[in-house]
Amino acid sequence: MVGTYSPSQITDWLIPGRNLFLTIHVLGVACFVYIVTKRLVPLTRAERDLRFDQPLRRLGRVFKFWLGQWKHPRYKLAGTIHILIFAGFILLAARAFSTLIVGVSENFVMPGLSGRFGHIYDVVTDYAATVVFLCMVVAAIRRLVFKPARYAVPARSGKSHTADAVFLLGLIAVLMVADSLFAASNAAHHVQQGEPVETLAFLSMPWMFKVLLARMTLTTLWVANVTAYLVHELTFYFLLCYRPFGIQFHVETSLFSIYFAKLERGTLKPVRWGVSDEHLDQVKSFGVKKFEDFTWKHMLDFYSCADCGRCADDCPANAAGRPLSPRFITIKARDYAFRHYPVFGNPDNSKPLIGNIYSEDEIWSCTTCGACEEECPLLVEYVDKIVDLRRGMIDDGNVPQSLQKPLKALESRGNPYGKMEKKRADWSKPGEIEGCDVKIADAKSGADILFFVDSITSYDDRMQSIARSTARILSHVGLDFAILGAAEKDSGHEVRRFGEEMLFQSLRDHNTDAINASGARRIVTADPHAYNALKHDYKNIPPVEHISQVIAKEVKAGNIQFKPAQGDAKVYAYHDPCYLGRHNQIYADPRSVLDAVPGLKRVEMKRSRDRSFCCGGGGLMLFYEPKEEQRMGVLRVRMAAEAGANVIVTACPFCMANIEDAIKVAGMEGKMSAIDLTELVDQTLVRKECTEELETVTVGG
Amino acid sequence: MEILVCERRVPDTSENEIELNAAGNDIERDELVYSVNEPDNYAVEEALQIRDRVGGNVTVVTVGGEDDEEILRRELAMGANQAVLISDESFFDSDGRGIATILKDFVRKGHYDLILTGVQADDGAAQVGGMLAAMLDYPFASLVNSIEVEDGKLKVSREIEGGNRELNEIDLPCVLSIQTGINEPRYVGMRGIRQVASVPIPILGASELSTDHVMVGVAAARVKRIDYFIPASGKGAEILHGSREENADKVLELMAAKGGLK
Repeated sequence: MVGTYSPSQITDWLIPGRNLFLTIHVLGVACFVYIVTKRLVPLTRAERDLRFDQPLRRLGRVFKFWLGQWKHPRYKLAGTIHILIFAGFILLAARAFSTLIVGVSENFVMPGLSGRFGHIYDVVTDYAATVVFLCMVVAAIRRLVFKPARYAVPARSGKSHTADAVFLLGLIAVLMVADSLFAASNAAHHVQQGEPVETLAFLSMPWMFKVLLARMTLTTLWVANVTAYLVHELTFYFLLCYRPFGIQFHVETSLFSIYFAKLERGTLKPVRWGVSDEHLDQVKSFGVKKFEDFTWKHMLDFYSCADCGRCADDCPANAAGRPLSPRFITIKARDYAFRHYPVFGNPDNSKPLIGNIYSEDEIWSCTTCGACEEECPLLVEYVDKIVDLRRGMIDDGNVPQSLQKPLKALESRGNPYGKMEKKRADWSKPGEIEGCDVKIADAKSGADILFFVDSITSYDDRMQSIARSTARILSHVGLDFAILGAAEKDSGHEVRRFGEEMLFQSLRDHNTDAINASGARRIVTADPHAYNALKHDYKNIPPVEHISQVIAKEVKAGNIQFKPAQGDAKVYAYHDPCYLGRHNQIYADPRSVLDAVPGLKRVEMKRSRDRSFCCGGGGLMLFYEPKEEQRMGVLRVRMAAEAGANVIVTACPFCMANIEDAIKVAGMEGKMSAIDLTELVDQTLVRKECTEELETVTVGG
Repeated sequence: MEILVCERRVPDTSENEIELNAAGNDIERDELVYSVNEPDNYAVEEALQIRDRVGGNVTVVTVGGEDDEEILRRELAMGANQAVLISDESFFDSDGRGIATILKDFVRKGHYDLILTGVQADDGAAQVGGMLAAMLDYPFASLVNSIEVEDGKLKVSREIEGGNRELNEIDLPCVLSIQTGINEPRYVGMRGIRQVASVPIPILGASELSTDHVMVGVAAARVKRIDYFIPASGKGAEILHGSREENADKVLELMAAKGGLK
């Protein structure tokens, strides 16, 4: 700022300008500190959460996801607008600070912002303020005119958020206008006084205001200047103190949310941080039943949510019309916190969350596919919260009847179907699999690889084909493998994700002993859910690979060759299973296997890779009877058809179950089929003895 | 209200493949898994809900051996206040009348306002509840699918033919046999069972109950099982072998022809 002309010098008011603005500063900051302190109260009553490890890695993520706005471009228009606003705010921070101080000390210049660099900074921020203002206009038009569907609030979740959103946009716009007007009136005054004038960026908002003000009288300029300053001052503090009451609180909290965000994919939080499995019996209550059972980080997530609706927009449960929207898991909890931990007054007694802000069906509707978390620009966590809420319901005995039978069967038989243990390996009986004998692992078998089959692939007539194909592929490439047979129990992946932690632990302990007793040095599975469980939920077992990784490696090494697929009129689309893709980042291997089949025509669905659309969920989700308008699988099958595919390739037995059902429900039998990657490889690979038949065989589907 | 629920441990039909043994006089029991008889579990849930509404205690009891303790523990985990195992060598292989006699002696040792049984055991004959009521000279209602507590009496509805219901008033104390579907029994997880692992379950025998030996045990049984067999498939079933659409059309046609569609 140039010159001696400043609001701080107002002397003809009741109190001098300097004192007035100092008072506003002190009051504004005091209010903000008070409100934020009140907002932090529930966090002090929350459960523990150990998030203080790996500071460098966390800082790196702050650079990527906070400063770098990494997730934003996934939604092009909204993302671009946000990046511009964010960059504008970051740039304008020093300018806003200087402007505030100028009211008290007229010659204040931010250290480092004097001289040449200061001029460049002024020019840049003139444009920044202009861009932020324009973004507010565009955002308001989107909200009011184009109304993107993901901002809509369903009737069951309360009133529309549009008014609040537009109000906040308006406040920021006012702030930008006031800032520009203040700079412009200063400049215009200097011009008229013949004093040195700071350069205003050409065509920026301050520049345009300066042009408009050029012919005004000195008095008018003085009034404009002081008014602009006062409006800026009041709007700034109003906005600062209003933000903790709504979605804009993320301006303050997002940095912390992202720093403390979960680091490891595919994992689940323990029942209680800092309590080992052996001491769980001493924990009085499991899971989240009341608000204070959430961890402080999860509460911080509630504050950080910006209500952008991307989670719900990508949520398959929401798309299928189930009573679940991740967005409202957060918004409802945040509103609960605001109601029960008010800024004025004392916190009141907490009520159970289920039946009060959440419904049972809502919490059981989640397939834990992770699409919401993948999309969230602020890295808000959902799966851990859903699982914690389920742990609470399980602890209270509050479990749908449809899930009680499979859970009981898992307890007594080790599989959700209640089938006999001794029949677990029936799929591999001598004679069942052509050209391949499957050994049952024991100390004598000495097999290098343990093929962990898991329940559905062991017992389900259809899925046993995946087990047989896997076995044939493993023997084709000469790998020495065995299965646990009757000694194998369900991996417990969904048992854990449905909140039955103790049953999961008993399954895990049993399997851990059985796996280690087998003497195998590697584990292979064709079930991504088992893969995820063995990889992340189990400890002290040999490393585990999904069969698609094994096949990809063997194809690369030249140990698997394929017959060509030309002329079969089939177009393949690969469906990423959630627990292979999003939760474990295995996208390339299955695709590389398909692309290794000569002439195989493959298309991508619009929603693929980390945006893959869950087929309906695995494990216990197959037993749950959700309230929904349509099946997720049907939506998925239609997406494949839209992409021009007539064969859906997947790499998960649960995907197979859901997709094959969905093809029937959608009435697309004959037009669409589904095949597991192992089945396709098994049918297409060139067997040593039948290489000469190469030309006559076509790819199955 | 003091509520007693009589229950029984049975092979879980959804988790077993029931086969006849080689001798043909029983089912093959080597690899069976057992659980609480399903209607009994509904009875316990109903008792817990009544207790939570009007206060009191829920006691669960079973006549059997030490293996049967597991279902009592499960019901304790569910929320029952106490559990009693009635076990005595002389009780083995009692018929329905014998079991009812044993339970009658147990009931007489305490004070119960309401006695619930499941409507029938998976491997039973739906007779103990009625006999127990008769022996106690208590009123009895069977197939109960809702209970409302009023002063000194209950309003119970019963399922009758064709899905209809009738509403009855019944004086306390009484015996009710509970139909499945009356409620949604709560889930009992491993954690719940572990938490009641050390709760003592008293075992009562013939001497504690002063049971008359003439009425119980295999010798007193007036109903004796003489065979166990799988009936030969009859001719009533028709299996459709067409395509899905043809079968659906055929089923509709058959249902219409037999008056199943109106």
